[in-house]
Amino acid sequence: MSARVTVYVPRETAAVSMGAHEVAEKLAALDNVDVVRNGSRGMSWLEPLVEVVVNDERIAYGPVSAADVDDLVAAGFLEGGDHDLKIGPVEEIPYLKNQERWTFRRCGLIDPVSVEDYREHGGFVGLEKALGTGPEFVREQVLASGLRGRGGAGFPTGIKWQTVADVAAPQKYITCNADEGDSGTFSDRILMESDPLTLIEGMAIAGMAVGATKGYVYLRSEYPLTQRIFAKALNAARSAGWLGENIQGTEYSFDIDLHIGGGSYVCGEETAMLESLEGKAGLIRYKPPLPAIEGLFGKPTVVNNVVTLGSVPDIIALGADVYANYGVGRSKGTLAFQLAGNIKRGGLVEKAFGLTLRELIEDFGAGTASGRPIRAVQIGGPLGAYLADEHLDTPLDYEEFAKIGGMIGHGGIVVFDDTVDMAAQARFAMKFCAIESCGKCTPCRIGSVRGVEVIDRIVANENREDNLNLLNELCDTMIDGSLCAMGGMTPFPVRSAVKYFPEDFNK
Amino acid sequence: MAIKYDAAIATEIINQFGAAPEMLVQVLHAFVQRYGYISEEAIKQIANELNLSRADVHGVVSFYHDFRTTPPGDHIVKICQAEACQAMGSRALTAHAEEKLGIEMHGTTGDGSLSLEPVYCLGNCACSPAVMIDEKVYGRVSASDLDGLIDACGESQ
Repeated sequence: MSARVTVYVPRETAAVSMGAHEVAEKLAALDNVDVVRNGSRGMSWLEPLVEVVVNDERIAYGPVSAADVDDLVAAGFLEGGDHDLKIGPVEEIPYLKNQERWTFRRCGLIDPVSVEDYREHGGFVGLEKALGTGPEFVREQVLASGLRGRGGAGFPTGIKWQTVADVAAPQKYITCNADEGDSGTFSDRILMESDPLTLIEGMAIAGMAVGATKGYVYLRSEYPLTQRIFAKALNAARSAGWLGENIQGTEYSFDIDLHIGGGSYVCGEETAMLESLEGKAGLIRYKPPLPAIEGLFGKPTVVNNVVTLGSVPDIIALGADVYANYGVGRSKGTLAFQLAGNIKRGGLVEKAFGLTLRELIEDFGAGTASGRPIRAVQIGGPLGAYLADEHLDTPLDYEEFAKIGGMIGHGGIVVFDDTVDMAAQARFAMKFCAIESCGKCTPCRIGSVRGVEVIDRIVANENREDNLNLLNELCDTMIDGSLCAMGGMTPFPVRSAVKYFPEDFNK
Repeated sequence: MAIKYDAAIATEIINQFGAAPEMLVQVLHAFVQRYGYISEEAIKQIANELNLSRADVHGVVSFYHDFRTTPPGDHIVKICQAEACQAMGSRALTAHAEEKLGIEMHGTTGDGSLSLEPVYCLGNCACSPAVMIDEKVYGRVSASDLDGLIDACGESQ
């Protein structure tokens, strides 16, 4: 009789997409193994990353496929034995060790739907402290932390909360925008699948801070696994008295409903999201009024991204000054960057603001997956500019990126090698806008369709100069005349492609 | 396999959401979950029971990509068309799938076994290109991987 061994196999989408369920099934069939389905450490290129507990230390093996399991067992991996797939102690992997994990510190460490596990690793300490110190203290802390909206717009969270708190209303709402539609981004998904209770805790803190008793999470339908994990976490939090009436016996009540989007990119825009939460088509609203004054069902509403809300519990638990010590200038704290596309070591890298794009792509990402030279990098999703090699030394900071016409957005970094056709990428930006435009304003609805046509004419060499000028004017019209970022920022990838890669438009 | 529309069950689904008009998007998801698509009779009944006009419901159905109005194939294959997957060859993968199946994006095979749909990001961008079949996501999918997955769909009907 040998002792029982605990083995962790992630239940997160990237790991599952590479066969984690099959690995878990095979390991669970072994006599002496207890399989725990943890979340992901965010090292997607190593998924499925299996961790074996040996002498209280977690030893990583990866990427493991179901076909490797017999061989691993034969090599004694349940005792930490050597094998080609052995990486060593998981916490010592440089990719992870060199990060500054704040919001994502429990990801991969715990069973994501276990309140007990969450508590053992510092969970609900922030909410407990908030319940004891009261709404004003919490709002002061969030403001002092310098936390800005991680969805992409970077608006100071504390100011938003104060605005909602200042409006007298019988009902207010906390809404969480989990409509993570930007290509190259998956940090919301990783947090909600790997440590969903952090988001729940952050929302409960937001609720008590502004006087809201009801919260909604608006999750995109493209994340079915996230939906299942988060729904379980909600039930677990309710059963343990961390959601519902009189949380932990205090005067504060708060509960959360999970709503699923309809596969529309524009519903990630906050007012379109509110329309969708009301059961309507996701047409954007005019601003003002701001959602903080008249939001969901016309009531004062906080709209925050998953990572923003998930950063709050430890700001309260550890103190605003601790968080504000990370980062540079007006970009305080950490951001979860996501390395995606043609990258060797894709995954999530949470770092303080201020490192350069090159450090991220080369030191963490190890260059392209194809091994070919990097030609273009799109940062900030489909509305972000395409950057060339000359920009890679820019420090990652909201203001520094604005200076070069770029945007950090939600922190997604998509790498392309030298086989990319930048005219095709510019065309796609317009095409995507045409597909996803809500249709409310003309520059976006019609401009995007005309944009595709003009790019086609440029590439076909029809009146090149005239059509390039026309494209430029069209971009001005979309930037100045669109109601939201969909039409207003689609020109950024288009213009940057023309500017930095002109040869691709003249073949 | 298509499930026959049943008004009593439809009412049950609507009532699960409190027959509240603000739950329309969630109700439509539940209908797609059960029937695979939103039929004309579903629009009529949902409008009636949520106290909305048919135009209101139709407007919401047509706005969102998730709510198709024709029956899908037995399996739905979605290939990500967004930038991160483009960087790893999703355009070629899409062309391969279209050729293999003899249909274009948004199409359904003649035998009704499979529908092919575009999707703009599955959030699996570090393991591109990504494909979703029914509700399961696959990462780093090569053309031959996709062939295998499609063939497996045929076997699991």
